[in-house]
Amino acid sequence: MKKKKEESSSRRKFIRYLGLGLGSAAVAGTAVIAREPAEAESGEKVMLLSSDGKLVEVDRSAIRVAKARTKEEIKRSYKGLPGKKFVMVIDLAKCKNARKCVDACQEGHMLPKDHEWIKIYLLQDSEMASKYWFPKPCYHCDNPLCVSVCPVGATYKREDGIVLVDNKRCIGCKFCMTACPYSARVFNWKDPEVEVPKDHVYDPELNIPAVEGTVGKCVFCADKLRVNELPRCVKACPMGVIYFGDINEDAVTNGVETLRFSSMMLGKHGYRHMEELGTAPSVYYLPPVNRMYPVEIGFEDLDDSISERYTPQVEKKPKKND
Amino acid sequence: MSANRESLLKDLTPEIEKTGRSWYVVFGIFLLIFIIGIYGLIQQIDKGHIVTGMRDNVVWGVYIVNFIFFMGLSYAGALVSGTLHLFKTPWRAPVIRIAELITVISLAIGPFFIFFCVGRLDRLPYILAFPRIQSPIVWDVIAILTDVFGAAIFLYISFLEDFAILRDNENLQIPPWKKKMYRILALGYQGTEKQKRILSLSRNVMAAIIIAIAIIVYSVLAWIFGVTLQPGWHSTIFGPYFVIAAIFSGVGLLIVLMAIFRKIYSLEKYITLKHFVNLGIVLFVIAAFFGYFTFSDYLTKWYGSVKMDKILIDKLFTEFRFYFIVANYIGILTPIIIIAIPKLRTIRNITVAAVIALVALWVNRYIIIVPTLETPFLPIQDTRADWLWYSPTWVEWSLTAAGIAVFGMLFMIISKIAPIISISEMEEAEEKQKQNQLTGEHHE
Repeated sequence: MKKKKEESSSRRKFIRYLGLGLGSAAVAGTAVIAREPAEAESGEKVMLLSSDGKLVEVDRSAIRVAKARTKEEIKRSYKGLPGKKFVMVIDLAKCKNARKCVDACQEGHMLPKDHEWIKIYLLQDSEMASKYWFPKPCYHCDNPLCVSVCPVGATYKREDGIVLVDNKRCIGCKFCMTACPYSARVFNWKDPEVEVPKDHVYDPELNIPAVEGTVGKCVFCADKLRVNELPRCVKACPMGVIYFGDINEDAVTNGVETLRFSSMMLGKHGYRHMEELGTAPSVYYLPPVNRMYPVEIGFEDLDDSISERYTPQVEKKPKKND
Repeated sequence: MSANRESLLKDLTPEIEKTGRSWYVVFGIFLLIFIIGIYGLIQQIDKGHIVTGMRDNVVWGVYIVNFIFFMGLSYAGALVSGTLHLFKTPWRAPVIRIAELITVISLAIGPFFIFFCVGRLDRLPYILAFPRIQSPIVWDVIAILTDVFGAAIFLYISFLEDFAILRDNENLQIPPWKKKMYRILALGYQGTEKQKRILSLSRNVMAAIIIAIAIIVYSVLAWIFGVTLQPGWHSTIFGPYFVIAAIFSGVGLLIVLMAIFRKIYSLEKYITLKHFVNLGIVLFVIAAFFGYFTFSDYLTKWYGSVKMDKILIDKLFTEFRFYFIVANYIGILTPIIIIAIPKLRTIRNITVAAVIALVALWVNRYIIIVPTLETPFLPIQDTRADWLWYSPTWVEWSLTAAGIAVFGMLFMIISKIAPIISISEMEEAEEKQKQNQLTGEHHE
């Protein structure tokens, strides 16, 4: 009994000493940090805006150019924007395959032309029903199979609902691609050969540059959301097909009109694609009723290489490796 | 030394003592195939996976087919050798070592096909550094690593007695380094009663363990496909189905290798028609099971006609019909017919049946992987036309051939280190036979 007491008291002592040690180290550390800029003070003060929105005054000599901090960017990308839960609504009645969303996405993410993070399908639910255009980004599911199956945690679900891929972690096993029932993911089969600006910092929220042998996909333009802007595809769409918003605020906007998400779902019978799979997508669709355009308009002004994407391919063509 | 052992050594060790020219020729051919495969791999690492036939829909191709195939052979080897050992099957002695070697050699090759399929080979250690236990790939890594150790131990302790025999045999015409190697590998085994007891106990324990591991590990591999929602993969039957398929291919390979070694190492005296017929009957039973599993898997998908299942089945019956017929009719029915009719049970016929089973099972793997990936829930659209379908390129074939070549090379090398038929097992079997004869006479 006595021994036990002694033991516990010695442990307490150890913890106390440890605390003391750490504390003094911390004090010494701050002292060093605090003293450093004082040595070469120039006296010239500069006003700066801090990250929490306060205006602060610092000495000019204390200003350092921020270094590329990829590690912090990745860490930040795990968290997501607090208090948000993003949702997208795609109004199929308005889509006419203008493909501006595809172009804006490819441009914004420096994707090669054969890489689409958002694709436009031409669907037909049954033979009696008419065809309709069906834009498909990543659904950012609330029960994402791709995240479950990733062996290294390279793809992850954030608290704001966004699913991201860290292409510095991805090993390229492609399991997420086979697990995703919506074919939302693309693989970098070769070096994408993009010229990245010199001071560019890799951030999973933007996912530039793509890395050969890793997986990429729609990121809901998490980089734009961080600075309170709409995703690129939403802004680019000339028809206002895509609405984006925060489900907690119950509001979505296509940049022109802002609507209540819940009444939109109720009034226009919103649905999620293949609800029965249980993946709980964050992307909702409004059915293609009372359409603004006939479906054929979607074929006008299309490049041959694009329009042949909608003709059924039966024979197996040899591969071109360029 | 008993006269028995002397004759065994005389028959089984010549291949260890000297190596003929044909061995070098065959080995050279395998080496060449292997080098071509390495060239293909360098191309793939240099230019990226664009040199393969895989694209965004079919992201897993021949590599994964080979992976499942080789792992299946390995587990089958483990199951067959473990079962033969554990149940003291009387005719096992001449074939058990080949089964054990299949286990370890396939296991050494299989995982490489995963490495070829992985986009960033340099990041492979991340699986160990940042593993997520939710992922079936991590289950598989744990399972395969367990299996590697289990199978290696099982193989080694089965070799131990033979190493001691080879070490103690003065008449063996072998270079000194080989003698030294046997001395080290035999671990001081002298065949005392105690050592024999320990060895026999550990072999029994390991046999039981690797049977369990083989079943678990191959089920885990099947679940990599089973846990996804993809049509054709999302099936509860996949675990047991894969295990049965594995045994099917493994028994087939065992028969083929028996035929090859019987011929080239002149082992006609030891590997006889009896062994072919016995393993043929195993193949027959497994083929029946495999056919039954295949039938029930496809029947339920076809009859219920869920949209995606129907599209997949239609594809299998039209575009992939040739593969389907080879894999699921010829591959299953030929072995059954050949072995069911006693008149047809010759060594040559059974070997042919085994080759057909082996090839058909590879094709079966192919039509499990590729057609499903070509049948995503959303139709394949808005994709570059030449990216649509899968057809393997020379890089994939060269690496496949390299895998087979390495399999051959490893078998050839090991057959020069230790006899392809276990001397100790044969000795034991013959002693038992003699005892049985003696007691039989006594009873009369």
